[in-house]
Amino acid sequence: MGLNLMKEKGVALDEQKFDWRDIVQVPTSKLDSDAFTRVRIILMNGIESEALRFQHACARMNKELQPALARVRRIEQHQQTMINWLLPADLSPLETTIGFEQVAIEVTASVAVHEPDPYLAQVYRFGLLEDFDHMYRFSALMDRVAGCDANNILQSYTDILPGRPTSVEHRAPEDDLRECYDRKKAAPISKLNAGTIMAGEHQTHDYYMTIGPMFADPIARQLYAEIASIEEQHVTQYESIIDPEETWLEKWLMHEAGEIYNYYSCLQYESNPRVKAIWQRFLDYELGHFHYVVDLFKKFERRDPAELIPESLPEPIEYKSHREFVRKTLSEEVDLRARQTKFIHKDEEGADSPSVVYREQMNSNGSPSETVAAGYKWKPGTELAEETPDIKKLQKKVA
Amino acid sequence: MEARESDLKQEMLVNRTGIMNNPELSAELIEGAKQTVPSSQGDATDLATIKADYLQEAPPIGSPPIMVEVSRDGKNVGQFEGLAVLLDKLGERLAFERQGTRLYEAFMQKCESLNLEDGSGPSSEELRHICQEELEHFNLLQKAITTLGGDATVQTPSADVAGVLTHGVLQIVGDPRTTIPQTLQAMLTAELVDNDGWQMLQDLATELGQDDLEEQCSRALEQEQEHLEKVREWLLSMTLDQASAMDEDDLEEDERNDEAGKEAKQPEKRTTKSPKPKSSRSAKAKKKKKK
Repeated sequence: MGLNLMKEKGVALDEQKFDWRDIVQVPTSKLDSDAFTRVRIILMNGIESEALRFQHACARMNKELQPALARVRRIEQHQQTMINWLLPADLSPLETTIGFEQVAIEVTASVAVHEPDPYLAQVYRFGLLEDFDHMYRFSALMDRVAGCDANNILQSYTDILPGRPTSVEHRAPEDDLRECYDRKKAAPISKLNAGTIMAGEHQTHDYYMTIGPMFADPIARQLYAEIASIEEQHVTQYESIIDPEETWLEKWLMHEAGEIYNYYSCLQYESNPRVKAIWQRFLDYELGHFHYVVDLFKKFERRDPAELIPESLPEPIEYKSHREFVRKTLSEEVDLRARQTKFIHKDEEGADSPSVVYREQMNSNGSPSETVAAGYKWKPGTELAEETPDIKKLQKKVA
Repeated sequence: MEARESDLKQEMLVNRTGIMNNPELSAELIEGAKQTVPSSQGDATDLATIKADYLQEAPPIGSPPIMVEVSRDGKNVGQFEGLAVLLDKLGERLAFERQGTRLYEAFMQKCESLNLEDGSGPSSEELRHICQEELEHFNLLQKAITTLGGDATVQTPSADVAGVLTHGVLQIVGDPRTTIPQTLQAMLTAELVDNDGWQMLQDLATELGQDDLEEQCSRALEQEQEHLEKVREWLLSMTLDQASAMDEDDLEEDERNDEAGKEAKQPEKRTTKSPKPKSSRSAKAKKKKKK
């Protein structure tokens, strides 16, 4: 039985306090932390970033909500800072990028597996194969330009293989839009899933747009430009699956419920005690935010939040390797393309379709993602390694 | 593409970072700064208090690698005192040599793309030779680590620190805007570190009674010493060439200005070329070196 949102009150807003020393904690270790601790830190930074983004947009459209939004948003700002600052300084922008793609693969896979709506599950699988390819391209960049092994970050949880080639992911804007769930009929988990993945992708886009120019190497600059463009497409895709008919307060309430769901999921899997304590603290803070918004919802909309919110939280996001699911999806769906809100086989794309025309234009002066990974096959210790360890032999001997 | 190149040439290439770029604005700036009343007392040493607080709490950057305890040829390997330190430092050199290989590849591509005619810089052949030796050192270290029962794919704490250090070198070498001498300056930093790294590894192997490893380190160190000497030599001679070429350019420019001044006094124009810095060494230095 999951957490009961209406019964658990969490920490009241007045008791949610920070100071600078508290916000800036000692970071986690790049070498010693489990990859999924990093995955959770990156995702939760994205979740809090989305909380701020949404609340600013909401404030711009709703004068009467501005004081309440400003109050909650200040706390979200400091939560995001504390989480994001857990990443250590020796984690380079490219290594962090590998972490972002691991989030996009493993979290989207978990969401796709548990999504009850078959169309939405297909949307997640479609996006998943594209982020999966980004991982392969960035790993090639890391190997060939920086001389480092992406698996030091991935810790063997996630494959480094080509997915749907990034060069064919470029689509006309109308082909990135999807059907949305129906706010009155959709299962609560569908709403929580959509909010989670949209937040993660939006943060990925913003991160690549920030760090792309920090690279000196022109191929790196081009690759970030190309993949940031796909991440923009992904934000377009994932925000379009959310019912735009939801009221502003309905959306705010779902955002707070989504934050609770995500902190709760992190808490179930976290192995690092210091980080786990932060998830617990912020879960309690988010419960406080949720009940604050419940009161606003009742006051302004005169509706019962129970019509939106499940009595108990759904099963948490699974922080584990989804290798088999991803490989199966890859073998069955890599050739899918999009035509408006439908998914089609690549053979059905006409040469004059808007996405093909757009793609040809974008790739007309070369494709960075193809160039960087030309002939690339990941090997333990990078492609320069002369020999690869015989894992099976070693395992047998140790046993 | 042609339009893009033309636009780039028309960009105003003037260094604007110094206060003398705009003396009037700078005077106002300095005057304003003099009036500053700091909001808190103390000085820059106060920063140490905050740092000390974090120093007390900070855990290590990472832990030593786990031993596989089985060598690459399937034999059980024993542990010995100092093995953890040795594996950490072997991991550091391995990461450095792998990055070094990529650095020399990038450097080689840069030289080949620029089609260097100047004989004082490195040739493609020389760079390829060094690059190949860096790769051989990387593979040598992989074998050495697995022979000792370590995992050659581990990023050890020292390897991680070395990676942060090398980041700046990678940025300079990979930047298409940096000149060959600027790139050589970065390579010199890498080679100096690499030379000391191999020397330390050799000493460590000697201390721990690892005779085979000591011998391998000694051979690698000899090759690295050659790399260092070459990089030093290229950097010095290219810098001297650059300085003397600038002196010659300055003389020619002075002569042209004199001629132009005789013909008519023209209003001063702002150059679109980067002002050339005066060299601290004259053309004589180059001649002296050639002798």
